[in-house]
Amino acid sequence: MFFNAFIIALREIRRNLTRAFLTVLGVVIGVAAVITMVTLGRGATEMVKSQIANLGSNLLVMRPGQGWGDRNAPQFSMGDVQAIKEQISGVRAAAPLAQATAPAVYLKNVRNTDIQGTTPDYFGIANWKINEGRFFDEKDLLEGAPVCVIGETISKELFAGDDPVGKKIRMQSTSLLVIGTTAVKGQGGFGDDLDDNIIVPVTTLQHRFSGKKSKQSINQILFSAEDHYPTAGIITDVAALMRERRGLTSVNQENNFSVTDTRQIADVMSSSTQVMTSLLGAVAGVSLLVGGIGIMNIMLVSVTERTREIGIRLAIGARAREVLLQFLVEAVTLSCVGGVTGILLAYGLCTTLAKVVGAPFIFDPKINTIAFIFSAAIGIVFGFMPARRAASLDPIDALRHE
Amino acid sequence: MKPESLIELRGLTKTYGKGDAEFKALKGIDLEIASGEFVAIMGPSGSGKSTLMNLLGCLDTPSAGSYLFQGIPIQTLNKDQRSLIRRHALGFIFQGFNLLARTSALENVELPLLYRGYPQKQRHEMARAALTSVGLFGKERNTPAELSGGQQQRVAIARAIVTNPGTLFADEPTGNLDSKTTLEIMDLLCRLNSERGISIIMVTHEDEVAAHATRIVRVKDGLIESDLRKPPH
Repeated sequence: MFFNAFIIALREIRRNLTRAFLTVLGVVIGVAAVITMVTLGRGATEMVKSQIANLGSNLLVMRPGQGWGDRNAPQFSMGDVQAIKEQISGVRAAAPLAQATAPAVYLKNVRNTDIQGTTPDYFGIANWKINEGRFFDEKDLLEGAPVCVIGETISKELFAGDDPVGKKIRMQSTSLLVIGTTAVKGQGGFGDDLDDNIIVPVTTLQHRFSGKKSKQSINQILFSAEDHYPTAGIITDVAALMRERRGLTSVNQENNFSVTDTRQIADVMSSSTQVMTSLLGAVAGVSLLVGGIGIMNIMLVSVTERTREIGIRLAIGARAREVLLQFLVEAVTLSCVGGVTGILLAYGLCTTLAKVVGAPFIFDPKINTIAFIFSAAIGIVFGFMPARRAASLDPIDALRHE
Repeated sequence: MKPESLIELRGLTKTYGKGDAEFKALKGIDLEIASGEFVAIMGPSGSGKSTLMNLLGCLDTPSAGSYLFQGIPIQTLNKDQRSLIRRHALGFIFQGFNLLARTSALENVELPLLYRGYPQKQRHEMARAALTSVGLFGKERNTPAELSGGQQQRVAIARAIVTNPGTLFADEPTGNLDSKTTLEIMDLLCRLNSERGISIIMVTHEDEVAAHATRIVRVKDGLIESDLRKPPH
């Protein structure tokens, strides 16, 4: 009986393909929307996570002032870096970051870029990989050697195809020897280009660029926690240490520095993208529901339109339950076809949009399965009322229906 | 020898509505139809002939009285049981043909076989044979819109006889056809009656059409007015 209902239902669908198309359109769009939103949202979450991981694992950053910057707050010194490294337990490594912006020149090419002065520890903390050549070492640091490591963007923009290693860049009055290039990191969590920088020993920056040896020119200290060591404890310890070093003895005095944990930022950002994903998914879910109501609407209209057909079926001996099954199977078949089409459409949309958005396309079998089952359920739920109406028709009235 | 009784009606009444709006369509019909008869039911509109036809065709239940079809008391059956009687023992043709639109002749004829659960191959064979027997060989793929009225009625007849029912109900089968086609359809029905022994019960208001039957029952105001058997040729 079920197989027969299926054949009968398929024949009815085939008889009016336009109607079938319009019926399933809502479900197609609904399913495609749900899957696309959720898939892209998950891709975005993954992207944020990997971007934060790009900055360095277990990375903590200390900046002068509270929040995102009080320009008047005192900068840090190499002594601070040393103290954090030696006195705080759970800190694996610490590195200063002194930043300046200056035009870099190679032959006739000029690019205004960030120059970062730091120590060799920085490469490990900030998760830099070498692409070619080498990082600078303790000896370069001690000497304040005029060497630099450059990012992919500088390599492309300034050297335009030439191998930069061994070439010299002129910045202000200093000539820097390129000793290495870093592997590509891509975009940062805030859309900034992480590869647009020149990294030099902090001593080089202090001696050759600022013109004078200033103790207080370090505007960030980066340090990494040991794996699985609670970062909250480190932050408290570092804060206490820094208050002491900065002479903030009174309880009323606020910290004139702040420590951020990139893992926290990662958590906050990925949870906010997850919330966005759920919201978008829910909105798309509503469109799927509307698609289901569309099926019910067209099935109800079609029961009226097909009253005579139902009458014919009843007259030649179809039982009410067979008519019910036929309409139910029609609705479920349509919604399932809509579900599959929606999944295919979503696949196309996701691959295209993932490129536009820049998020990776992660195929998620779970959401696809859920969307498909949901579309089938929509067929059953919204097909039932029209099917019951069809089955309850009286054959004589139905045959007389014009 | 008395032929086996196919249909036996005793005091059959049908009432529509309740109270003041009550309307008695049939007021107590007694009728016996033997197997193999070709009965024409005639009467003016409003006489109750359509009601009688619906009751005989197991599409409706009587308000009172009894209806034995091949010994089965139809008035005691529910909707689904009556569906099964129609499926297995009856065939229907209608004035308006009542074919499924946009559906090939073959699939139209196959329809009752689908409900009987025949496998596809057998369905095709039986439907083709039925179409051939009504003279529509080669028209299997045509949809009703591509067929003339007479051809459509032939498809409907093929659909009605494809299950080899013992009884065929025809409700004004030639009402929508011209006189030449009417003759062709009536010849076909007569042949089914005489060659295959199918009992036919036909409602008509045309004397020329009724003349093809072997028995004419006239209904008026919910009662049988006359019942005439034609002497055998």
